[in-house]
Amino acid sequence: MGELRLMKGNEALAEAMIRAGADGYFGYPITPQSEVIEYLTAAKPHESTGMVVLQAESEVASINMLYGGGATGKKVCTSSSSPGISLMQEGLSYIAGAEIPVVVVNVVRGGPGLGDIQPSQSDYFQSTKGGGHGDYRLIVLAPSSVQEMSDFVPIAFDLAFKYRNPVMIQSDGAIGQMMEKVELFEPIPRLTDKQVKDLYPWATNGKPKGGQRRIMTSLDLDPARLERHNHHLQEKYHTIDENEVRFEEFNCEDADYVIVAYGSSARISQKALQLLRAKGIKVGLLRPITLWPYPTKKIQELVKQGVKGFLSVEMSAGQMVEDVKLAVNGKVKVEFFGRVGGIIPSPEEVVDALEHKLIGE
Amino acid sequence: MSEIAIQNIIKPENLVYQKSRLMTEKPLSYCPGCGHGTAHRLIMEVIDELGKENDTIGVAPVGCSVLAYEFMDIDMQEAAHGRAPALATAIKRLWPDKVVFTYQGDGDLAAIGTAETIHACNRGEKIVIVFVNNGIYGMTGGQMAPTTLEGMKTSTSPYGRDVALMGNPLKITELVAQLPGTYYVTRQSVHNPGAVRKAKKAIKKAFQNQIDNAPGLSFIEIVSNCNSGWKMTPVDANNWMVDNMFPYYPIGDIKVDGELIK
Repeated sequence: MGELRLMKGNEALAEAMIRAGADGYFGYPITPQSEVIEYLTAAKPHESTGMVVLQAESEVASINMLYGGGATGKKVCTSSSSPGISLMQEGLSYIAGAEIPVVVVNVVRGGPGLGDIQPSQSDYFQSTKGGGHGDYRLIVLAPSSVQEMSDFVPIAFDLAFKYRNPVMIQSDGAIGQMMEKVELFEPIPRLTDKQVKDLYPWATNGKPKGGQRRIMTSLDLDPARLERHNHHLQEKYHTIDENEVRFEEFNCEDADYVIVAYGSSARISQKALQLLRAKGIKVGLLRPITLWPYPTKKIQELVKQGVKGFLSVEMSAGQMVEDVKLAVNGKVKVEFFGRVGGIIPSPEEVVDALEHKLIGE
Repeated sequence: MSEIAIQNIIKPENLVYQKSRLMTEKPLSYCPGCGHGTAHRLIMEVIDELGKENDTIGVAPVGCSVLAYEFMDIDMQEAAHGRAPALATAIKRLWPDKVVFTYQGDGDLAAIGTAETIHACNRGEKIVIVFVNNGIYGMTGGQMAPTTLEGMKTSTSPYGRDVALMGNPLKITELVAQLPGTYYVTRQSVHNPGAVRKAKKAIKKAFQNQIDNAPGLSFIEIVSNCNSGWKMTPVDANNWMVDNMFPYYPIGDIKVDGELIK
């Protein structure tokens, strides 16, 4: 049993960054996730693990610090909330193009624009469909508890380095701010400079003696070569899609209807599921843990299994529901229920939506 | 001169000049007469002379020198437009024993990347910034830069820069010299052999500062020409630069060892 603590999601995330052996955090304060950089500066990890923590002048600077640091083979991460993540999209596109492993956390708040500081899930399109320019993908992990705010950090770093790809942990203001019991994992030591050099020969940390220089760039002015690079990226994304889908299911075995929800919406939907089961309605819950790659095949299996309809529950105007529809491909009914602007739906609203939108009067 | 006579001349004892060892074989993509090639060469010579070939990471910008990494035979990263100082900040903080520099043009450093420039300088990041100022956006076809002189014609100031409409040419080098985080700030040029020698000395001083762990950032502006953007011959461009750029952007040290030159 690891160390137990009562923590905010943002604090658990920050502690996990230190414990995951991160070499650097570069960030800019924004509500509702400023506790992350506050926790890190207070914890002084440069004195314990040697981790660098720096408050940048903007989110534009912090994502480009990740570009520079990640390209040297070091484990680097940042966190922000929706408006700040929008500012990072240029950098993420470059990082994806140059294939640099970085971890970015989005504690989503209501939008569009400055929106508000309440929890939301309205950045799903941005994180799973590109966000920045060009054909690229982020691996997106969606925690639904304070425990997962901690647990997903080392997983995110592992995926980032396994595929040399940016990984996003997409949380929301509720999970960032709420306090829960969390079991902390044992600290993972930071790699030494020599280990970094040996493990990541692609990294730009000083040309090897007698070896070839390395270049980290997303630029290639030769269209034929750039097309080949794009094909290489697409093959990588295909491999990720084949191997890295993560989800959790509840009561799907005998379900007539399945709620699809992630993050905070999944927590609320779990309660709704209990209420519906108590009414004798056979409902299951599918919780995507990776928003990209998406559990498309799992949804298709559920259709084959005889599920009559799906309800996508989101704190958005209906974003993930498009992926549910793509997976279902018109075979059965797909409905959506959501609240926007930072409003968290109640379990009763979800029950009502499932009964009226999916089952009918 | 016959082939045999030339062969007799090519001997080590007659060698006065050669391609810098740390410049790659790739032909430079710069226009004939442009100062970028000389500036690249000087940096590579300095890194070679300081024995830092295997311990240096360079960051290239967006602009004419976007392909700087093609010509410099060391580990390099290619930044997004204006962001090189942010990349360099993280590289240096994560690898404090390495030598880190950025190479940036005027649009990159003094327009889109102003925030990154000012804050890297103000934090006193222990890096070297080489800033090539030719008063124009060369890569995109000769548009107005933040450093374009008053009255200077560019493709987006076709009747000359009107400061009432377009603002004033930005003396970013004087600006960063005011910040406590800068340790060495100088303005040089590479338009004749004397200037090249002085510029190399300044570049070497900047890199030596970093190796010596001097408390702050070293910033070298190189005032250069853009004969194709300025629509002049290389010789005319250099003369125009001396007559027009140098009075506004005077050559010489601005801050040495953390002290402003009076």
